[in-house]
Amino acid sequence: MMSTEGRGLVLDENLLFEKSQSGRVGYSIARLDVPAVTPDQSLIRDEITDFPELSEVDVVRHYTRLSTWNYGVDSGLYPLGSCTMKYNPKINETAARLPGFTDIHPQTPEALNQGALELMYNLQRDLGEISGFPAITLQPAAGAQGEFAGMLMIRAWHEANGQKRHKVIIPDTAHGTNPASSALCGYEVITVASDGILSKEAIAAVMDDDVAALMVTNPNTLGLFEADIRGICDLVHERGGLVYSDGANLNAMMGISRPGDIGIDVMHFNLHKTFSTPHGGGGPGSGPVGVADKLIPFLPVPYVVKEDDGFKLEYNCPQSIGRMKSFHGHFGILVRAYCYILSMGGEGLKRASELAVLNANYIRARLEGEYDLPNKQRSLHEVVFSEEGLQNDCHTLDVAKRLIDYGYHPPTIYFPLVVHGALMIEPTETESKQTLDEFCDVLLAIAEEAKTTPELLKQAPVRAKVKRLDETAAARRPKLRWERG
Amino acid sequence: MNFPEELKYTEDHEWVLVEDAVVTIGISDFAQDQLGDIVFVELPEVGDTLEEGKTFGVVESVKAVSDVYAPVSGEVVEINEELPDAPEAVNNSPYEDGWMIKIKLSDPAQLDSLMNATVYQEFVEKD
Amino acid sequence: MRYLPHTDVDVQQMLDQIEVSNIEELFSGVPADCRLKRPLDLGAAKSESETLTFLRGLAEQNTKTSDWDSFLGGGAYNHFIPAVIDQLVSRSEFYTAYTPYQPEISQGTLQAVFEFQTLICQLTGMDVANASMYDGASACAEAVLLTIRAGKKRHKILLSQGLPPQYRETIATYSAHLNIDLIDIPLQAGVTDQVELQKLLSDQVAAVVIGYPNYFGQIENLGSIAELTHASGARLVAAVSEPLALALYKSPGELGADIVVGEGQSFGIPLSYGGPGIGFFAVRKEDMRVLPGRLVGETMDKDGKRGFVLTLATREQHIRREKATSNICSNQGMCVLMVAIYLALHGKQGLRQLAEVNYAKAAYAKEKIRQLDGFSVAFSGETFNEFVILCSEPVAALKQRLEQQGVLAGISLGRDYPDLKNGLLICVTEQNSQEQIDRLVAALAGGEA
Repeated sequence: MMSTEGRGLVLDENLLFEKSQSGRVGYSIARLDVPAVTPDQSLIRDEITDFPELSEVDVVRHYTRLSTWNYGVDSGLYPLGSCTMKYNPKINETAARLPGFTDIHPQTPEALNQGALELMYNLQRDLGEISGFPAITLQPAAGAQGEFAGMLMIRAWHEANGQKRHKVIIPDTAHGTNPASSALCGYEVITVASDGILSKEAIAAVMDDDVAALMVTNPNTLGLFEADIRGICDLVHERGGLVYSDGANLNAMMGISRPGDIGIDVMHFNLHKTFSTPHGGGGPGSGPVGVADKLIPFLPVPYVVKEDDGFKLEYNCPQSIGRMKSFHGHFGILVRAYCYILSMGGEGLKRASELAVLNANYIRARLEGEYDLPNKQRSLHEVVFSEEGLQNDCHTLDVAKRLIDYGYHPPTIYFPLVVHGALMIEPTETESKQTLDEFCDVLLAIAEEAKTTPELLKQAPVRAKVKRLDETAAARRPKLRWERG
Repeated sequence: MNFPEELKYTEDHEWVLVEDAVVTIGISDFAQDQLGDIVFVELPEVGDTLEEGKTFGVVESVKAVSDVYAPVSGEVVEINEELPDAPEAVNNSPYEDGWMIKIKLSDPAQLDSLMNATVYQEFVEKD
Repeated sequence: MRYLPHTDVDVQQMLDQIEVSNIEELFSGVPADCRLKRPLDLGAAKSESETLTFLRGLAEQNTKTSDWDSFLGGGAYNHFIPAVIDQLVSRSEFYTAYTPYQPEISQGTLQAVFEFQTLICQLTGMDVANASMYDGASACAEAVLLTIRAGKKRHKILLSQGLPPQYRETIATYSAHLNIDLIDIPLQAGVTDQVELQKLLSDQVAAVVIGYPNYFGQIENLGSIAELTHASGARLVAAVSEPLALALYKSPGELGADIVVGEGQSFGIPLSYGGPGIGFFAVRKEDMRVLPGRLVGETMDKDGKRGFVLTLATREQHIRREKATSNICSNQGMCVLMVAIYLALHGKQGLRQLAEVNYAKAAYAKEKIRQLDGFSVAFSGETFNEFVILCSEPVAALKQRLEQQGVLAGISLGRDYPDLKNGLLICVTEQNSQEQIDRLVAALAGGEA
């Protein structure tokens, strides 16, 4: 059952600065074919102290070894709830590396980059079709920036209507970026408790004329569809507010339900979740935003439009919230997402959502006899267990660390905060039944180990490159860079 | 678990040591135990005015933050300069080395609403 | 479909385990009035070869810097990318990994980021750098927010007009609802006017933000600006959109900057039509706990072995929520790796040599253009690899004329700088050979087509 053999060499590797040897070179620089000149001495810096000097071989070995200490989706199952760690197709990588996409400067006249603009225009259109929104911006760099853009647009809409509102309603199950993004717009956050899903009554109790918006996640972070969402959107709209949806969990909904159809006014996408672009060890992501008609005037600039004489970047938007970052968006990531949509087609995306939901429910069915399931409503693409019932003072953290010894990346832990010791599992659709069975067998074995040999959990992991790390010391005496001596 | 007799306590788990018009404030043994390893303490500045019931600082553990609330109103006259570099003092010695601030009381009557050690211990243990 | 491994037999067995008769039942929690009742209109799935053919068709319609003579800069730079970088970042243990929240199986990413943080500190002359932000512009905006948060009663920010326009626009977007007053500092001879700056400084000003180099490629007198800024109790933010300059010129840290931000795309990241890039953000020790973004720190495991871990997470949104230092969640992951590998390959000597090549080529171009009739160099000060020329011919027509000869001459300045309607921003890097530069000069001199 152990998929970690404990054999084979995992080589250690010091820091670049520790390996550095004065005089080594790893570069090849263009020949100087013009006269050599240098600036005034008074402006010039001393050499960069302790910058490394390495050969190309040093560098290649260094990073090759570092890579062997990592675990990626290509290594095995990565069931992180709310992260949608689906397979990253290799054709996306080939497409993104086409020189006609990598070698183009953003300030090149638009007429000379019609292929790139057409790709962006098509992606805008396709994301619009998937979500039911008439307009899309591809500019935001990631989900959090998309949220910020969405909340800015909401505020701009209110101000254009002569309204000064100060509050945003956010459920207690929301991702931390939701309240953080609202705060950046100068809003006060009103947290509302959700018992599984939100109720119209709970929202009505806090909705008033000072509330600018409600932020929801649908399906929510418990993996449940917000069944009252239409009624909730209506009641928010009746009081003059707007509804923002965090699109992190769109993977359960493609071809099933479209937020734009059910009353949502604005939503961000996470291309690095639903649309298979790689997580890259932390990024880059991409957070396009879809908006209802009423918010179109406020979209960030620029976005792509199609005119008679070709595709253009539209800058002329007098009510726009402005730009979120330089240039037009994470084009390299947009290429990958578009390639994915082309590869899947409409039916394929719907099938992906169906199988993502099937996979999560299969895991739930296999585990709910042993692991505590606080919410009995129908799960969608992710399932959340709690740590109730774990024996011998074992906690979710210990289960997670023991999973590492068995060769799996742990699920999301301790989120959402409303579940005690949450263990949030999202397998995604790219995992086979065989993989899921092996994973469930392991989780059941770990629950058993908690009863009979809990120290296996508490000492875990023992098979990774390092054992549990002292995070307290890291925070008390932060050492955030290498220094000589 | 320690509940020194000479101190007064709040429901938010702060303690108060009364020495005439100046009181010393920190968090209780129960609080530090709940928080786990404390990695950082954010304190107000000398001269700041605090209002009873409002937050005056933050205690951070690795994965969580907790607000600390002023048990009484007054002006901050001294802060524990050692704490930023040695936050573990709050874990190891919550009532002595882990003291946080000293304030000059603006309304001594507020002390009457605080709990004594016995009442606080009951409050903690009934949870 | 090759990414969907389920066979009909699998699906049936799974449905049996779940005790439902079909997949549709799993969506019973979705009310009928929320269901999409038609197929998605996205066209049929393309096979792998069809997909690639189609995308190649789009790619071929674009204008590559390798096909034309490109002298475009303006915040995105055409530098040579060593072959090693793509090979290494294509290792899927790097790019298919998630954020390193489970440090025991993410030591590769974590050590690489720790090294990146160190390299940025060394380059900028600062104490602490984060694990990156989205790009230079948003990093600059976050720096402004940091100074406001730290600045207590101070709510004014002075922005040099020499900052890249896109940085200033992004700062405006980020500052819109936080009671921040953004004030422009005018330029004098292409650099920040220090006389005007002195007049604008007051006890209301939290920070002064200067480009280094600025949008025109000019090297600002950061040392002198730092003195003025600090004398009034404000902080200096240096924004570096072309960080190769830091391999040659004194670092902002040694000149007195309090925060250094910038764009790392120059260091091994393809242009990719403007993204993804990477923002770096470096501060002094005092600001460590108010720094936005992720941070990797060194620690030890239970056995005393060195390891790395995300730390000081309580600053971030997933813990602090609305009181967080920023709303940022992701960093630029793969781009961090590209930059780190690029800097490791070039190292102390290589980066300096590359900067000198850039400087020399730009100087050569500047000198040749200066000698042409109908053209002049706009500003006399020190420039790195970009500079502004003034043209007697209308700029739009000039650019079109040169495009017809396969030359992307530069970036028009008129829209962002009305006084520079006749100005063109030209960038010269190691990718521009002497022949290319000579062709540019000849084309400029060529007159009407």
